[in-house]
Amino acid sequence: MVMNFASSWRRLPLWLALAWAAPVFAAHDLNMPVGVTELSAEIYALHMKIFWWCVAIAIVVFGFMIYSIATFRKSKGAVADVTLTHSRKVEVVWTIVPIVILVIMAIPAAKTLIQIEDTRNSELSIKVTGYQWKWHYDYLDRGVNYFSQLAQPSNAARQLGSGIDPNTVEHYLLDVDHPLVVPEGTKVRLLVTANDVIHAWWVPDFGMKKDAIPGFVNEMWFKVDEGKTGFYRGQCAELCGRDHGFMPIVVEVKTKADFATWLEAQKAANKPAAEPATAAAAPDAATTVAQTP
Amino acid sequence: MATYADNHSHASDAHGHHDERPSGIKRWLFTTNHKDIGTLYLVFACIMFFVGGAFAMVIRAELFKPGLQIVDPGLFNEFTTLHALVMIFGAIMPAWVGLANWMIPMQIGAPDMALPRMNNYSFWILPFAFTLLLGSMFVPGGGPAGGWTLYPPLSLQAGNSLPMTVFAIHLMGASSIMGAINIIVTITNLRLKNMSLLHLPLFVWTWLITAYLLIAVMPVLAGAVTMLLTDHFFGTRFFSAAGGGDPVMFQHIFWFFGHPEVYILVLPAFGIVSEVIPAFSRKPLFGYDAMVYAVASIAFLSFIVWAHHMFTVGMPLAAQLFFMLSTMLIAVPTGVKVFNWTATMWRGSLSFEPPMLFALAFLFLFSIGGFSGLMLAIVPADFQYQDTYFVVAHFHYVLVPGAIFGIMAGVYYWLPKWTGHMYDMKLATWHFWLSAIFVNVLFFPQHFLGLAGMPRRIPDYATQFTDWNMVSSIGAFAFGLSQLLFPYIIWKCVRGGAKATDDVWEGSHGLEWLLPSPPPYHSWETAPTIQFGEEAGEYDPHAKH
Repeated sequence: MVMNFASSWRRLPLWLALAWAAPVFAAHDLNMPVGVTELSAEIYALHMKIFWWCVAIAIVVFGFMIYSIATFRKSKGAVADVTLTHSRKVEVVWTIVPIVILVIMAIPAAKTLIQIEDTRNSELSIKVTGYQWKWHYDYLDRGVNYFSQLAQPSNAARQLGSGIDPNTVEHYLLDVDHPLVVPEGTKVRLLVTANDVIHAWWVPDFGMKKDAIPGFVNEMWFKVDEGKTGFYRGQCAELCGRDHGFMPIVVEVKTKADFATWLEAQKAANKPAAEPATAAAAPDAATTVAQTP
Repeated sequence: MATYADNHSHASDAHGHHDERPSGIKRWLFTTNHKDIGTLYLVFACIMFFVGGAFAMVIRAELFKPGLQIVDPGLFNEFTTLHALVMIFGAIMPAWVGLANWMIPMQIGAPDMALPRMNNYSFWILPFAFTLLLGSMFVPGGGPAGGWTLYPPLSLQAGNSLPMTVFAIHLMGASSIMGAINIIVTITNLRLKNMSLLHLPLFVWTWLITAYLLIAVMPVLAGAVTMLLTDHFFGTRFFSAAGGGDPVMFQHIFWFFGHPEVYILVLPAFGIVSEVIPAFSRKPLFGYDAMVYAVASIAFLSFIVWAHHMFTVGMPLAAQLFFMLSTMLIAVPTGVKVFNWTATMWRGSLSFEPPMLFALAFLFLFSIGGFSGLMLAIVPADFQYQDTYFVVAHFHYVLVPGAIFGIMAGVYYWLPKWTGHMYDMKLATWHFWLSAIFVNVLFFPQHFLGLAGMPRRIPDYATQFTDWNMVSSIGAFAFGLSQLLFPYIIWKCVRGGAKATDDVWEGSHGLEWLLPSPPPYHSWETAPTIQFGEEAGEYDPHAKH
């Protein structure tokens, strides 16, 4: 029972599959986004670096495998060299070389990790609380807080048997009623926690995610590059029950001036509910953010 | 390597009284025979493979296009949870114990397993465990829906399914521990007197190490789920911050079990591939000692890498660095194994019967799973990969072409020995090509989905993920359908077919091939005299008789 790799008819399904998949391949995101923060770009670079290392190793190792499969075939009259059972020399080489590659990879990874964990000198702190199944954002010391949940058009379309084609809904499942609003070029620190079960806050364009754990507060930070205003979308990334798939995250990045204006407007709207002390302290803080170069 | 010097006829040694066994259902209920119990395990695993597969089919059907078409999100979560639990504890682990039962006594020159009655109990616990687990779908509140990882507080929100799931896991754990003890006792006590540890066949070696892993970690899982139970019913607060506990502690305990568990699922596959590749390369395994040490190192490292499953929970920097480095270190012994398998084929004389095809697919596709595993070890990048379809693609690459293809390679390798018949090679080759092609159509696009931002465990997704989900679902349906060939081929082979020789394969090597096909009810009633290693002289694959 010898398989003949050369017989072309056996390869036909493979080529057909590839030919069929090619247009899909071209038209869609296949890779991690580079993102809009310094850290997300660094994470992307690390991801590509380890990916190309893997590709290089794969070419060598798979090359040897494919060469062996193609050459040392009994059907071609190959006779086994039964004396080839070990070789101290190659065994040492293929133990040492991977270690060297791992060290080469570990160093930049550790550097980036140290940067990621450095939450000092943030200019704006927002407490993010996960609920089943929505997010709550609290601009600490700014007197602004609100819930953010799946936008109504998506919510209507996602019901079982709704009859609404998701393709007709803009940003299906990635749209919320009240996005988180942050200023560009500002180091924003998120204090991530949860009220009921574990959730995870994740916006791919910001490079990372963090678990929201009830009773504990996790920190993460991002600083959106100047000029990258706009909407960025993500989702809860930790299974949190029935509607885990339906608690998206949308972040609107505004210019510093627009952000200050927005914050004032929110504060004015919230004033009756806000504590007087917080409301009094807030304007200065908002001004500081707006004036940071 | 062994040469067989004693031509004692074992088939004619069977004096009858050992072969006396009740017929019908009693034979299977009360059996203490390693082959019968092995068969029970394998049949059970096959049934569970299709039950777990059916869950997967519903999942992929729901994910075929955006919007909810078939199942409610709550039911979807039950299906993802049960798919994992059934496949891990019901399909893969029992299949390995079944293969161990059949093969270990035959491979080490023993008549049976050392603890035959416990062997019977450890199997018959399983149907009760899975009746409890699957029955939980029909109680108020539905089945477990918090993921197979059972993270609290979510898993504590379950209804009546929680105690059922916990007791089912206790039973599965008891069964695994009994099986593991039996395997360790058998290997250490019943192998041939002159068979030193470094002459054990690789399948026996990998199982010996797997058995120790099982004994080490199954009680940890049992403890973790018991704490869930007491948190829910008896007022403890192990995992509740409000009571001074910590939900993350569960994750640490769980993955202290969970990471060795993934090696429990795949180490025996390393053993099978280490038997199959030399047989069909007609050449001894390259670097036998290095293989044994590599398996042992992987097993050791598996205990100190658990937190790489939870990099996003917010650990101290030092802990993240430690777990990143220890995880990357696993690539070294794993690399050694892959290089050794490749070197075994080098200057060999290869033929491509179904077991070899599955072993080769294992070699390529498990390596791909290894590469994505290496990527996942890079903590900053993991902050992006964590809990996305990239992870789903990664672990399915190591578990389907890894563990499942390993099981299939083993079954196709030893099936003629078990039944005394050759199976339908053409059909098995079809089974291989369909599986190998569609497993990639199924799982490769999931890498893209994960990188593009699709979280795992969601029943519905944003429209930009549609195309790759469709490709993946088509792959899933085709892969699922192709698996129906597997029981059909086995059934056909059990019923009849060309008579298998004792060797079965030209390059097969090891004690099991010295027994007749099919082997006598009790494998080696008289210990054969075998010379090992230097006593046996030069390796000669044909010097068996």
